[in-house]
Amino acid sequence: MAPEPFTGSTTPVEVTHHILSVLVENKAGVLSRVAGLFSRRGFNIYSLAVAPADESERFSRITIVVDAASAPIAQVVGQLNKLINVVEIRDMAPGEADERELLLATVQADEASRDSLLEHVGDAGASVIDFSATAVTVSLAGTPSAIDAFEAFLVGHDHAVEIQRTGRVALPRLNPSA
Amino acid sequence: MKITGAQALIKALESQGTEVIFGLPGGAILPVYDPIIDSTIRHVLVRHEQGAGHMAEGYAQATGRPGVAMVTSGPGATNIVTPIANAYMDSIPLVVITGQVASGSIGTDAFQECDITGITMGITKHNWLIKDASEIAEVIAQAFYVATTGRPGPVLVDFPKDVAQSEVEWIDPPAPEDLDLPGYHPQLEGDHESIMAAVALLSAAERPVLYVGGGVLKAEASGELQRLAELVGAPVVTTLMARGALPDSHELNIGMPGMHGNYTAIMAIQESDLLVSLGARFDDRVTGKIDAFAPDAKVIHVDIDPAEIGKVRRPDVAIIGDAKQVIAALADAADGVEQSDLTAWWETLHGWQARYPLTYDAQEPGAPLRPQAVVEALAANSPADTIVVAGVGQHQMWAAQHWSYEHPHTWINSGGAGTMGYAVPAAIGAKVGRPEKTVWAIDGDGCFQMTAQELVTARTEQIPIKVAILNNSYLGMVRQWQEMFYDERYSEVYLSTDIPNYVMWAEAMGCVGIRVDTPEEVLPAIEKANAINDRPVVIDFRTDAAEKVFPMVPSGLSNSEVVVHPSQQGGA
Repeated sequence: MAPEPFTGSTTPVEVTHHILSVLVENKAGVLSRVAGLFSRRGFNIYSLAVAPADESERFSRITIVVDAASAPIAQVVGQLNKLINVVEIRDMAPGEADERELLLATVQADEASRDSLLEHVGDAGASVIDFSATAVTVSLAGTPSAIDAFEAFLVGHDHAVEIQRTGRVALPRLNPSA
Repeated sequence: MKITGAQALIKALESQGTEVIFGLPGGAILPVYDPIIDSTIRHVLVRHEQGAGHMAEGYAQATGRPGVAMVTSGPGATNIVTPIANAYMDSIPLVVITGQVASGSIGTDAFQECDITGITMGITKHNWLIKDASEIAEVIAQAFYVATTGRPGPVLVDFPKDVAQSEVEWIDPPAPEDLDLPGYHPQLEGDHESIMAAVALLSAAERPVLYVGGGVLKAEASGELQRLAELVGAPVVTTLMARGALPDSHELNIGMPGMHGNYTAIMAIQESDLLVSLGARFDDRVTGKIDAFAPDAKVIHVDIDPAEIGKVRRPDVAIIGDAKQVIAALADAADGVEQSDLTAWWETLHGWQARYPLTYDAQEPGAPLRPQAVVEALAANSPADTIVVAGVGQHQMWAAQHWSYEHPHTWINSGGAGTMGYAVPAAIGAKVGRPEKTVWAIDGDGCFQMTAQELVTARTEQIPIKVAILNNSYLGMVRQWQEMFYDERYSEVYLSTDIPNYVMWAEAMGCVGIRVDTPEEVLPAIEKANAINDRPVVIDFRTDAAEKVFPMVPSGLSNSEVVVHPSQQGGA
């Protein structure tokens, strides 16, 4: 496993977030139903990721990171459960979930700066997936805090041209702990 | 044998037991109106799509069966959005069919196109866009099942014109338990341990109140409620949505709580040590300032909707289930359990009732009519099972306060949404569902002007409702707030004393119109109206514009700060 040299970054969302893993029927408009529910009830979404959950593509899984300070999590789950297309909800508190996220970044890298940048990229466990004479595109999959730290490095060193994050996906931890 | 999608839709509605559709045709829904000619279903042709929706709601509230409305795409669909929102707030089972432009035109800004499933997503239990005629039977079956089970509510089915025109082999829809709804499983039976915990709290309580909401009527649980109340001897309050769930004349019924409830019902909740919420949702109009609501009460919350539990007030015991089943289980469990002595509690309640009854200034000869006296005269001269339907405002509160409701489903109004203009069309729907009953709409002049055109529908479709307008020439409730909270600065609330001429308007719509200015004219007018059964009747009661609704809990204040009638104020 790649080391995680850029630790120590915490954001407010780490304190109050819950992860809802929501299994939905893969019907037209289902994402709109979920997103609309959050906005009209005043629940805040921190990130959201969607993909088919089975081979038949009958169901999709929506992983929602909820700002639990915006509403009691039981109320969020209760209202979500009322959506007819929502089949199952798993609510994971911080510490109960294995979370991963993917980051892509295009970074300025001329000949003078490229070596030092690539060294940091390698230290972070990120990989180069594209390059040109003046820039490289790198990717990093990791825990949200590792992604946060890597993003902070890129932004702080004024290298980044464009950064894209996917939002988190998560599964329950096999050995839950604090 | 193949049939058209339009025929399949009508057949599907028939197979769900639909006896009447309230609707108005137009381009996109046109194919569906052809097989209606051959159907057993009655179609009531409305004059505005909002009327269709409210009629379907009135029908549903009077009968307990789902109301069905059908309209065309675009403006037809948007005109029925208000009734859908109303049904969502008041948990009324409503099935709305909207025509849609042909599938290939969706998304092109076609003539009379609008995204009605998108628009109604937040105000329906669910909605569907049918994409293929083979889906019709099952989607309609799902629509009725979702609308009528669990916490009832509105659903919408959007039906593109090309699907209506295509051909399909009819296949009977699956039985309800076999419908493809993997995410929908209403819980009906209450958890046994929670029921035992609730009974333990109930038997030990010294100042309990049964707080009964509209869910008890939806579940047809009046009998179970009466049994439970009599077993424990606790006072019962019936909210605006639950009037008639327990007869008003029942000795345990202490009336309506809330912003314009009676003093005893309001204070009983405030001073209670146990609040048993049955199919109620702690609406802000009942709780007043939530932080100061029933501060000493433990709460038992019974609701079929898990999301209501803890939404407003954290309960000590929560029971998710159907009110009929849960109340029956509570009564079974409470039967034979020794209850606390409630004598002291009842002495307090009876003391409040004696000191702060509902009251109003007596009718003076020659003075404008007291609206409360008009309501009482209507009640005294109508059958006990008369269905009363109200709009929204002062007249609604007086109708809720001054009519004694002795039967379930005899009081119909717009509670959560507060939809002005509800009374006339909802009364028409109620009369269609219960043609044998007298139906009185008690309306305000502001409300009446919003939907009165449906009296044309009532006349032409032979639906003889009666309408009592409590006409004070004002938007009276807003006027009351401006008088009490805006230093009597009346802004845009005066309508007119002589325009419209309600008698002429009623007669132009084929109804009988009567105007009443003096107390002596009240009874003869009511008797005349009650004797007419071949057409609608409208009575224009000219009432005192200065009259206000009391008691009143001013918005945002604690229920303990309830303002009683001026004659009862002071010297406490």
